[in-house]
Amino acid sequence: MTSPLLSVENLRVEYHGASGAVTAIPDLSFAVQAGESYGIVGESGCGKSTLLMALMQHLGRTGRIAGGRILFDGADLTAATRRGIAMVYQDPNAALNPTMTIGSQLAEVPMLVPGVGKREALDRARQILADVQLPNPERVMARYPHQMSGGQKQRVVIAMALLANPKLLLLDEPTTGLDATVEAAILDLISELRARHNTALIYITHNLGVVAQVCDRVGVMYLGDLVEEAPVRALFATPKHPYTRRLMACVPHLGSTKHSTSFLPIPGQPPSLARRPPGCPFGPRCDGFAPGRCDHPVPDETTEADHRVRCIRWAEPGATLAASAAPLAPSLPDDEVVLKAADMSTVYTFAGSGFRARKVRLLANAGLSFEAHKGGVLAIVGESGSGKSSFARVLSGLYPSSDGTLAFGGVDVGRRDVTQRTAAELAAIQMVFQNPDATLNPSHSTEFPLRRVLKKFGLAKGERAISAEVDRLFDLVRLPRGLRRQRPSRLSGGQKQRVAIARAFAAQPQILVADEPVSALDVSVQAAIVNLLLQIQADKRTTILFISHDLALVHHLADHVVVMYLGKVMEQGPVGRLFAPPFHPYTEALLSAIPVADPDAVQSRIRLKGDIPSPIDVPPGCRFASRCPRRIGDICDTIPPPLRDTGEGHEILCHIPVMTLSELQTKKNEFVFN
Amino acid sequence: MRDRLPVIVLIARKLLSVILTLLLASFLVFAVSEFSPGNVARKTLGPYAPQESVDLLYQKLGLKDPLVERYGRWLGILLGLRADPLQDPALKLNFVDPRGARYFGNFGYSSLYKAPVNDVIWSRLGATAMLAGIAFAIIVPLSLTLGILAGMREGGLLDRTISVFGIVATSVPEFASGVFLVALFVVLLGWLPGTSPLTTGGGWPVWSQLVLPVSVLVLYDSGYLVRMVRGAMVDVMNRPFIRTAMLKGLSFPQVVLRHGLRNAMIAPFTVILLQINFLISGVVVTELVFAYPGFGRMILDASLFGDISLIEAATLIALCVAVTTQLLGDAGYALLNPQIRLR
Repeated sequence: MTSPLLSVENLRVEYHGASGAVTAIPDLSFAVQAGESYGIVGESGCGKSTLLMALMQHLGRTGRIAGGRILFDGADLTAATRRGIAMVYQDPNAALNPTMTIGSQLAEVPMLVPGVGKREALDRARQILADVQLPNPERVMARYPHQMSGGQKQRVVIAMALLANPKLLLLDEPTTGLDATVEAAILDLISELRARHNTALIYITHNLGVVAQVCDRVGVMYLGDLVEEAPVRALFATPKHPYTRRLMACVPHLGSTKHSTSFLPIPGQPPSLARRPPGCPFGPRCDGFAPGRCDHPVPDETTEADHRVRCIRWAEPGATLAASAAPLAPSLPDDEVVLKAADMSTVYTFAGSGFRARKVRLLANAGLSFEAHKGGVLAIVGESGSGKSSFARVLSGLYPSSDGTLAFGGVDVGRRDVTQRTAAELAAIQMVFQNPDATLNPSHSTEFPLRRVLKKFGLAKGERAISAEVDRLFDLVRLPRGLRRQRPSRLSGGQKQRVAIARAFAAQPQILVADEPVSALDVSVQAAIVNLLLQIQADKRTTILFISHDLALVHHLADHVVVMYLGKVMEQGPVGRLFAPPFHPYTEALLSAIPVADPDAVQSRIRLKGDIPSPIDVPPGCRFASRCPRRIGDICDTIPPPLRDTGEGHEILCHIPVMTLSELQTKKNEFVFN
Repeated sequence: MRDRLPVIVLIARKLLSVILTLLLASFLVFAVSEFSPGNVARKTLGPYAPQESVDLLYQKLGLKDPLVERYGRWLGILLGLRADPLQDPALKLNFVDPRGARYFGNFGYSSLYKAPVNDVIWSRLGATAMLAGIAFAIIVPLSLTLGILAGMREGGLLDRTISVFGIVATSVPEFASGVFLVALFVVLLGWLPGTSPLTTGGGWPVWSQLVLPVSVLVLYDSGYLVRMVRGAMVDVMNRPFIRTAMLKGLSFPQVVLRHGLRNAMIAPFTVILLQINFLISGVVVTELVFAYPGFGRMILDASLFGDISLIEAATLIALCVAVTTQLLGDAGYALLNPQIRLR
């Protein structure tokens, strides 16, 4: 075997703060071969980013490498040799300078090489933009970051990294926060560039699906330790470390639903770095913790050729994993219709510009028609910009609908904003939002929003009744009562989201609108929150409106799915029907973009070109026509497609007949059934 | 994406809004100073004038008319559409303006200085503009440099030193630093004059009379601005795109100059321009300490005396300065921050 491109040997990284030193990475060793794609997975706070920053020699003023060494290309890694490593950042919106044009930001990189002038640098930048498949590089060069979409910006960030001609590319969650369709296209691009330039990759992510798609070997990181390392197929086929297995049990699969299995979330959360357990770092959260064995330092063991694991009990698999999770007995929707949208439209109007200001009309929801049944989960899916959140705004009374009705309890609530709704109507529809860090007021205790809801809707009278009710709500969302008086900053993301859910259920709602409630959370936390929602729903028979762009998750928990594109319902139906052919071409593309957490999955490869177009001045025909991979001709642009009913409430809005769609799609989508 | 409007339309629209602002603001100024009509006649004539003259003036000026109507007449005089009734010889006020009774920009007659407002106000404004201009020309580069040096490495020695200077400089009031500087450079060392009448009668050249007032203003104002700029710079240096720039391999000065500077200017820019307003009409204390014949002191005197015409004129001029800086601010902001589009 040739010597590896990157070799990390017994690396130790410490942070020195006001309160003394903490060890972020105690003793880490791994190697990456030239041209190899190495994935590192783990929950947030497990030292993944610290490792990257150590590789980039950028640990800030408090961090330092306290032991071990990093060899790159056969030599010690220094600021000079680091030039062969480039990085792609997590959030492309933040990673680019908002006040510089793309061209000048890119040109800085080649100009670092002595003797390269501005003109040559700009030429190279233009060329590399074409390499990352950005159309019209000349125009992109003159743009500022805010004039581009998130996916385009990430392509620019990748281009910037490539300009350094790296031998090793570090990718720090490069697709987190992007739509699945955009993510799929970026992953394709990365694979293609890697094949062309033979660049090695270190890919950091918490998304096991992405790892399965792009990596050759994977290391699982927990609390600064690499607890398991194996080739990707071996890892997914026979995960050996209990942490790896628990992580995988949290990932939604297209093969299972809430009725067949439930997620097996990992109890608790990673301890803080300062409180590292003496033995196995995962010990306190592990089902197979054996006193006397697991609380001593655990050695690395090689189980097979390339498979390393750091668990003293790896050979006793039954001992380290609780019996597989039984379904929670989730509630089934009954026939009672709680919410009915009938041809509901929402129009935003903006003042135009110029002296003769023409009003600009934006059709955010175009003729939505669907029903939500009591005790069921209605999922609304689509890319960002598809009008999902606009619908949530109308339902919660933040913006009035413009046309059609949105009937709730015999009243058209769509036309009545929050100020016009009765207290009972307000209490009946509650929201849980995407970002738990931003939804709680940092200066109030966690119980404050719950108390306010209880008082405002008169659901509990008197201090003792309110306090008892708050306790009950904390129990409901499985939060320790001791957190009642804490500020939100003391809570983890998952705990904050539990507070948000408790707040919503404090009002005893009939409908819970959950707008991407888990997309900002780690998979392990996501699994716990989803289980919690399903559990509460089973007890209370609440109707849940689940807005998400994660189709695998939707497949797990929804009863009825509505697929939206550019404000219009493209397809809807019961979950079993929707995830089997025939699909609307848009649904088909969304499904093919899911990063499936199975390296052997055969997935059809349909990629949508470009971004979702502007909803202003939409063409008269099918809204999806401009990006549709199955477009059949001019008819798609000019004539609105018919709504085709395939039975059992499954509807597809498309010019292509159902039979034809079925035939086109059946062969390519076996993975859906396995 | 919507098309950009032609620049000419943007400018026209901006000007229209400026004129509207000025009209509204001048009405407020007029209303506040002339709301009680009896006062106007009395103040114009002074406390010892007989009641008959006051009554006559009351008649002559039509002070019984509603406020809006009187404002219209006042505006007419200001724009040169009407003659100033106070200059009517029949009133025996002896208000004479060599420019005539009817011209554009007629601010009326100052009862304090017994001269047309236009003869009083411009020299005062000029003196203050000189003081403000020199101070501003020092304050801005100084506080930008210090603020950026402090903010580029938060918590470093340079940062702590500059921050302490900033706090000390802002917390010492102008009169205190004025007295302190006078004690040092005038009384003890005798290098500089203690007053600044801007005449050479005392044997000191004019430039030397400017040194101390400018120093006081620079000390007081730059302390505040340094802290503003430092804060913005610290904020920018913690943004992820700075990390991107560093990990690209740029040197630290390159990172600061190319990626930090412009972003760090965006937030303090408006505040920096607001200092012009402060320097023009808010430096009364400094002008008093150094007996400087400036605009701020004139406003103070006019207010204490009750010189309505002068107060109105001065306020209106201060307003124009404020509106102009605002315009400059909007334009500069749009140049600095490409995410802002002029509307």
